[in-house]
Amino acid sequence: MAKAFKLPDWKQWLRVAQPNNAPAILSRKHIYILPTRYGWLFLVVLLAMLLGSINYTLSLGFVLTFLLAGMGNMAMLHSWRNLVHLSVESVRAEPVFAGEDAVFDIRVTDSKPRPRYAVAAHFEPEKKTGKKVVAEPIYSDITAAGQVTLKLKLPTKKRGWLQAGRVTFFTEFPLSLFHVWAYVGLGNQNNRCLVYPHPALSSLPLPASAEQGAAGALDSKSGDDDFAGHRNYQYGDSPRRVDWKASSREQGLLTKQFQGEAQSTLWLDWSLTPGNDVEQRIRQLTRWVVDANTDRQSYGLRLPKLEIAPGTGEGHYRQCLQALALLEI
Amino acid sequence: MIKAQTFIKPGMPDLRWLLVSLAAVMALHVSHLAIWVSLFIAAFGVWRYLIEKNGWQLPKLVILMPLTLLAGLGIMLTYKGLFGRDASVALLAIMLSLKLMETKKPRDYILLVFAGYFLTITAFLFNQSLLVGAFILLPVFGLTSTLIGVSHPNGDLGWRFQAKLAGSLLAQGIPVMLALFFLFPRVPGPLWGVPQDAYKSMTGLSDSMQPGNISQLSLSSAIAFRVQFKDEMPKNNQLYWRGPVLWHYDGRSWTMRSQNQRVVKEALQVQGSATNYTVTLEPHNRNWLLMLDMPESSPADTLMSSDLQVLSRDPVRTRIRYVGSSFLNYSLAAELNPRDRELALQLNDDENPRTFSLAKQWVDTKKTPEQIVQTALTMYREQPFAYTLRPPLLSRLSPVDDFLFNTRRGFCEHYASSFVFLMRAAGVPARVVTGYQGGEVNLIGNYLIVRQNDAHAWAEVWLQGRGWVRIDPTAAVSPERVESGIEAALPENDVLPMMSRRDFPLLRKLYLNWDAVNNGWNQYVLGYNQQRQMDLLSRLAGTQISWQDLVVAMMVSVGSIGLILSYFLLRGTRIKIDPLQRLYAEFLRKLEKAGLKRYKHEGPVDFCQRATKRLPAKASEIKQLTETYTRLRYGKQLNPTTLESFKQLVNAFKT
Repeated sequence: MAKAFKLPDWKQWLRVAQPNNAPAILSRKHIYILPTRYGWLFLVVLLAMLLGSINYTLSLGFVLTFLLAGMGNMAMLHSWRNLVHLSVESVRAEPVFAGEDAVFDIRVTDSKPRPRYAVAAHFEPEKKTGKKVVAEPIYSDITAAGQVTLKLKLPTKKRGWLQAGRVTFFTEFPLSLFHVWAYVGLGNQNNRCLVYPHPALSSLPLPASAEQGAAGALDSKSGDDDFAGHRNYQYGDSPRRVDWKASSREQGLLTKQFQGEAQSTLWLDWSLTPGNDVEQRIRQLTRWVVDANTDRQSYGLRLPKLEIAPGTGEGHYRQCLQALALLEI
Repeated sequence: MIKAQTFIKPGMPDLRWLLVSLAAVMALHVSHLAIWVSLFIAAFGVWRYLIEKNGWQLPKLVILMPLTLLAGLGIMLTYKGLFGRDASVALLAIMLSLKLMETKKPRDYILLVFAGYFLTITAFLFNQSLLVGAFILLPVFGLTSTLIGVSHPNGDLGWRFQAKLAGSLLAQGIPVMLALFFLFPRVPGPLWGVPQDAYKSMTGLSDSMQPGNISQLSLSSAIAFRVQFKDEMPKNNQLYWRGPVLWHYDGRSWTMRSQNQRVVKEALQVQGSATNYTVTLEPHNRNWLLMLDMPESSPADTLMSSDLQVLSRDPVRTRIRYVGSSFLNYSLAAELNPRDRELALQLNDDENPRTFSLAKQWVDTKKTPEQIVQTALTMYREQPFAYTLRPPLLSRLSPVDDFLFNTRRGFCEHYASSFVFLMRAAGVPARVVTGYQGGEVNLIGNYLIVRQNDAHAWAEVWLQGRGWVRIDPTAAVSPERVESGIEAALPENDVLPMMSRRDFPLLRKLYLNWDAVNNGWNQYVLGYNQQRQMDLLSRLAGTQISWQDLVVAMMVSVGSIGLILSYFLLRGTRIKIDPLQRLYAEFLRKLEKAGLKRYKHEGPVDFCQRATKRLPAKASEIKQLTETYTRLRYGKQLNPTTLESFKQLVNAFKT
C-alpha cells in the first residue's frame, strides 16, 4: 500500500509565532522562504541565458543575465521584509450556525513603518484523505505603521466550539519568485468560534404555549398585519418574512418584523422533540428558538440538565442558542 | 491600496504593461525579422488589446491552432528551416505573440514575462552595440514592472509605484551584476555548435578576388579593425595591412594556394626597429588576422603561413585583440624555390593575347625584371588610366586585355590583377596580396580606424637579390589613394558611404567622438573575455590567480553585497520622534530629577494634578506647560512658532 508510507507534512514541524497575552509578532525566526515554482522557472531561464551567453560569447548577454540574477536576489529580500515584523492578533469571531462559515477577525499591524503589499492569510487547509484542500487566502495591503482587519473564514459543520488552527501568512510580492510564509497561533482567548446547531429544515409547529394550551401561534395571520420595520436577516429566519422587494433594491437581506404578534409564553422542551437522534432533536429545538425569536414570542428553554426561564430579546436568544450549542447528553 | 480580498485575475493595467514591454522587446528585433512576422506580431498585440478593452472572449483553440501551424510553416518557408539563428528568434517571437492570445491568469503573464526576458537576450546575437545595450533596459524594466503588477492581487498599484519599484529592484541588482560580470569565471565558447547563419552578417575580405568584390566592400563603412600603436604611427603610405595572399589565377578570380604544412616558410630578414601595435579585430568569420607588412612573428595561438599570412585556429567570430610586431624595412625570400616560382608564374596562356604580346615585347627588348616592373608602372601612370569605384564591365574572354587596352577604368583589384598578369606573362614571378591600406586616425582615442572601404589589393613581385617586393600599381594611377586614403582618390561623383567622406567636418568630429566611445565599449565591456579577466584580476591581485580564486572571490563579494544591501533595506525607516514629544520628555526628565516620576498609566493631565500637589511652588508653571502641551498635541495649533514658544517654556522650567 503506497498510501501507508505517506510522509507526514514537514511543515507541521515549523515554528509558529504565538501570542503571549499580546499580539504575536512575526519575528525573523518565524519567517520561512522558498522559491515558488516561478522562482525555479526563473532560475532555469537564467541558466539558459547564461549558457547562451557562454556559447555565443555575448558579453552583454552576461550583463543581462547577471542583472536579472541580481534582481531576483533582491526580490528575495524584498519578499522577506514584506512579511517580517507584522503583528497579528485575533480580535473576535461572532457565533454562527453550523454550516455557515465562521469568520475570524484578525487584526494585522505593521510594527515597522514600512508599507506592505499583497500580504495573504488563510487558515490551515483541512486535510481530507488523499488530496489537500487549498484554502482561499485573503490578500491585503497595509500602510506603513497601519492596520487592517482580515476576515478569515473557516467552514463549520458541528455545533459547539470551533477551535481555529494556526493561521498561515504569506507573501510573494514583489516578483512572485519567492514564497515567504509564517505561521501564527491565535492564542487562548479569541481563537474559537461558537457554532450554534443548524436549525432543523422541516420544522414541527411550535409547541403549545403553556398558559393558553393552544397550538403555537407561529402562523397567526393576525400578527402579520402590523408591519413594524426591518431588521437584518439572520440565518434561520423564515423565507416568508424576508423582504424580497428590498433585497431586489440591493439593500441586502432584510427580515420584516411585525407588531401585535402573540405575546404568549412558550416552553421549548427537550421532551417535546420527537425521535431518538440527539442532534436532530437539538436542531428541532434550535428551529423553535429561531422561530419564536422571529415571532417575538416569549419563550423558555428546558433541556435535560438546564432550564432557561422564559424571556425575549437578543441576549436571551443568544443564551438559548449557546445552551443548545454546548449541550452535552 | 487594496481592501482585503481574494486574488482576481490581471486586468487592463497589467496587460498594458505587458504589451508595451513586449513591443519594446520586438523593437529590438524588428530590423532582422521578416516583415510579415513583425506585422503578424503587431496584429496579435492589437487584437489582444481590443479583446481586453471590449470585454470580448479570448479566441478558442480551433482558431489558435491553425494560426500556430500557419506561423510555423511561414517561418519554415521564409527562413528555409526552423533551426538557424534568424529562424529560431522569429519563431520564438511569433510563438510569444500567439501565447498572448490565451493569456489571462497571472501564470500566463509570468510565463510571457520570462519568455520576454529570453527574447531580449537574443537581440545580442545580432548586435551588441552600446545603443542596443542601453535600449534593452527598457524592455527589461517594463517586463519587471509587469511582473510586479501581476504579483499583486488586483493590479491597481498605480503605474508610478510599479515603475519605481521595478527601477529600484533593477538598480539594487546592479552591484551583484557587476560582481558577477567581473568575477564569474569566463569559459571560452562555444560549448556546442552554433547555427550556420549566426555569422552571416559579418563582412570582410574573401579568400578569393575577382573584379568587383573589393569595390563592393568599399561601399561599406563598417569597421574592420582598430589599431593602437605603441610608438609613433607609420606614414599612411606604409600602412599595408596584409591579408590573404593569392597565387592561383583561373582567368576570372584569384585564389590562395593550398595551406600545406610542408611548404617552407619564406625567409624574412628585417632591418631597423620593430613597429609594435595592438589590433582589435572585428569578427569577420574568416581565419586571417590582419598584420602590418611585414610581420616577423605571429601572435600567441595563431599560425603563420609560408607566405606570411597570420591565421587563427578558428574563424574569428568574436571581436579579438592581438599584439603585433612588424618591420617596415624587410626583405622576404631571398631565394625562390622552384615550386614557388612555378606557382608565381602560373597563367592560362590562351587568354588575353594582347597582354601576352605586350609582355613579350618587353622581354624581347632585353629588359631586366626591374625594368619590366618600372615600364609597367610607367604605363599605368602615363596612359589614361582612371581610378573609380564604378568600372565598366569587362569582357568575359580576355578581361585583362579589355582592361589594359580598352576600358582603363578600374578599382585596385583591376590594377593588381592586371599587373600581376602582366608580370607573369613577362616571366617575373608575381602574386596578389589583399588586405587593407591606410586607415583613419582618431585623435580622441589616439588610434587608427580601418574600415571595410580601406580594403585594398596590391602586388608582390619577386626580384633576384631583393626577394618579394611590394608594388602597388594603384599608387601609380592614383597616388592619393595611398598617400591620403580612398576619399581623396575617388572622383566626386563616386558614391562613398557618408562616414568615409570628409565634407562634413562637424559631423565627422561627432562621429570620431562616438567611435572613441564605442572603441572603449568594445575593449572593456564586449572584449572582456577569459584572458582579459585573468589579466585584469591578476594585476589587481598582484599575483597570478586561478579560476578557483575567482569562484571564491565571486561568492565572497556576492555575499557581502547581499549583506550590505539587506542592512540598508531592513533597518527600516527610523521612527521620527515628534519634536513636541521630545520637549515634553525633557520636561518630564526635569521633574524626575526633583523626584517626581510619571507612571506609565498616567496621562499628562493626571500627572499635572499630582505634580502641582507635590510642588505647589511650581504649580502655575507646571499647569501652563501641561496645558500648552495638550493643546498643541491634541489641538490643531502645532506650528514652528507655537513649538518654539513651548521650547522656551520647557527650557525656562526649573525645579
